[in-house]
Amino acid sequence: MGTIMISGRSQSWRRNFDRLMKVLIGLSVVVAIVPLILVVGDVIVQGWSAINWNFLTQIAPSPCSAGDVSKFCSGGILNGIEGSFLMVGLAALVAVPVGIGAGIYFSEWPESRISFISSFTNDVLAEFPTITIGVFIYEIVVVSTRTYSALAGAAALAIVMVPIVARTTEESLKLVPTTLREASMALGIPRWKTIFRVVISTGKAGLATGILLAIARAAGETAPLVVTALYSSYPPTLHSVVPGGPTASVPYIIYNFGTSGYPNWVTTAWGAALVLVTFMLVLNLAVKFFIGRKFAGVRAEI
Amino acid sequence: MTASSKGNRGFRLNGDAVLKSVVGAAAVGIIALLVGLGIELAYGSSLSLSTFGLSFVTGSTWAPIDNIYNALPFLVGTLVTSGIGLLLGLPLGLGIAIFLSERKGSRALVTAMGSLVELLAAVPSVIYGLWGLLVLVPFMRDYVEPTLKGTVGFLPIFSGTPLGTDLLTAGVILAIMIIPTISAVSRDVLNAVPNSQREAMYSLGATDWEVVRKAVLPYARSGIFGATILGLGRAVGETMAVTFVIGNSTNFPSSLLSPGYSLTSLIVNLLGTTTDPLADSALVEISLLLFLLALTINFLARGLVWRMTRGTKFRI
Repeated sequence: MGTIMISGRSQSWRRNFDRLMKVLIGLSVVVAIVPLILVVGDVIVQGWSAINWNFLTQIAPSPCSAGDVSKFCSGGILNGIEGSFLMVGLAALVAVPVGIGAGIYFSEWPESRISFISSFTNDVLAEFPTITIGVFIYEIVVVSTRTYSALAGAAALAIVMVPIVARTTEESLKLVPTTLREASMALGIPRWKTIFRVVISTGKAGLATGILLAIARAAGETAPLVVTALYSSYPPTLHSVVPGGPTASVPYIIYNFGTSGYPNWVTTAWGAALVLVTFMLVLNLAVKFFIGRKFAGVRAEI
Repeated sequence: MTASSKGNRGFRLNGDAVLKSVVGAAAVGIIALLVGLGIELAYGSSLSLSTFGLSFVTGSTWAPIDNIYNALPFLVGTLVTSGIGLLLGLPLGLGIAIFLSERKGSRALVTAMGSLVELLAAVPSVIYGLWGLLVLVPFMRDYVEPTLKGTVGFLPIFSGTPLGTDLLTAGVILAIMIIPTISAVSRDVLNAVPNSQREAMYSLGATDWEVVRKAVLPYARSGIFGATILGLGRAVGETMAVTFVIGNSTNFPSSLLSPGYSLTSLIVNLLGTTTDPLADSALVEISLLLFLLALTINFLARGLVWRMTRGTKFRI
């Protein structure tokens, strides 16, 4: 009787329909995964042919049409790599302390109104279209200093990084058992010292995870850099930061060279894409390592 | 906060106050950042706001020669490409989510696929853009679009020459990009459905599909809706992947096969290249539009998923 209540169809119809839906779901998984694998596969295959030692140690080549063998037609992405490191590094200098600070506040003073509003704002900011962040920095930095600069690029990347660091910090500190906090406070240790010596030191693998994730995200950000840092064929100098000058980055090279139509630039873009994907992969594996350690730590505490 | 404060009760209390105000300042800074962003975008677009008023979003002309800058073609570009992305990405993403949450037994496969999807979500959009332009565009131009024209070409939405760089291709690349987002969030929502819900359905003699269709999906409805809106938010805000393939034309798109611009790709291509302050202001107003769109979508998605997963540790 129960089967009839579920649907008015016969047993065999229902069993066949169940099989059909399972096949369809399996099919949708395949259809969805194939292009995703193709993206990574093509980057590896096309990028591999572009990469050699010079690719990492020389500045970008001049644009050349097919068949041109001038020595200026080969080169690398050194200007982009140095620019990316400079801007992501500067951004991290600001974003990591601010993000960790906010994360500590969300986790240790969750009952405050500021905590509630800020934590929500932080979640919104994490999903925000990064181009609007780029426009914001363009308006307040690029327009007023009258130049694209590594400083403007770093400022935009810092805004991208803060929400990621803050959220991961909050979540990993919340995983620290309350009993640890209580045990420390019961010994008469003040709250601030408990937070530093007990809470943060227990959750530090989680903090490292957040920093790595934020770096990975910032290293791949392109849109805000197009309107704040732009591009230079030469590696950055102190002058790129103050008073400021256009600064290259790996993602910008992928964008600008990839859309240029010059064969040697397109090849360079594939190579740069492989370098970026490899960097992401390494950071993600590092994150998995840290998360593994974090859980191992928590289990040991219990 | 220094070692010298050790043993002094008054300074100890101060240490707490100092820490609270320092980390509190960081938290307040995040609120100030979002508010400042909104104010600055509103301020920067004041010239365009006062010049065009409401016609900014209803007019379809972008003509630097006549000093007219309207946003409707790009608003349409964003909505159409995101719509296609969602239409293709939602069923596929949901399919993966059901596969990952309901398939019991082969844990290894599910774990491996789960981390693969998460890894792919971390691939930067500029990579999808490069692949889109150099691999997907020729494929769409040579195979998919001629086939569409041959079969349903009589429909006005498929009129025009198949160029490859058009709204349709931009929609497809968005679908590919939001699949990891939709599947990861929906999987977590489906995992939050209590097992008693499934067990009750099985005890009535239901098949696996009937359990999913009648017990799991209805329960997870609002969360899946939230995941969908979150995917929509990502598609609307996506810049680089779209910029590579959308064709970059300021004309009003006449069909899915005509080149166009989305709000984001217009900004990234034109900001800083114009000499007209009015054009700059119009681009900032487009950013403001994007800001408001993203804010609305985010509030909606978060509200829905929060309602669904309240009490679990999951969050988006």
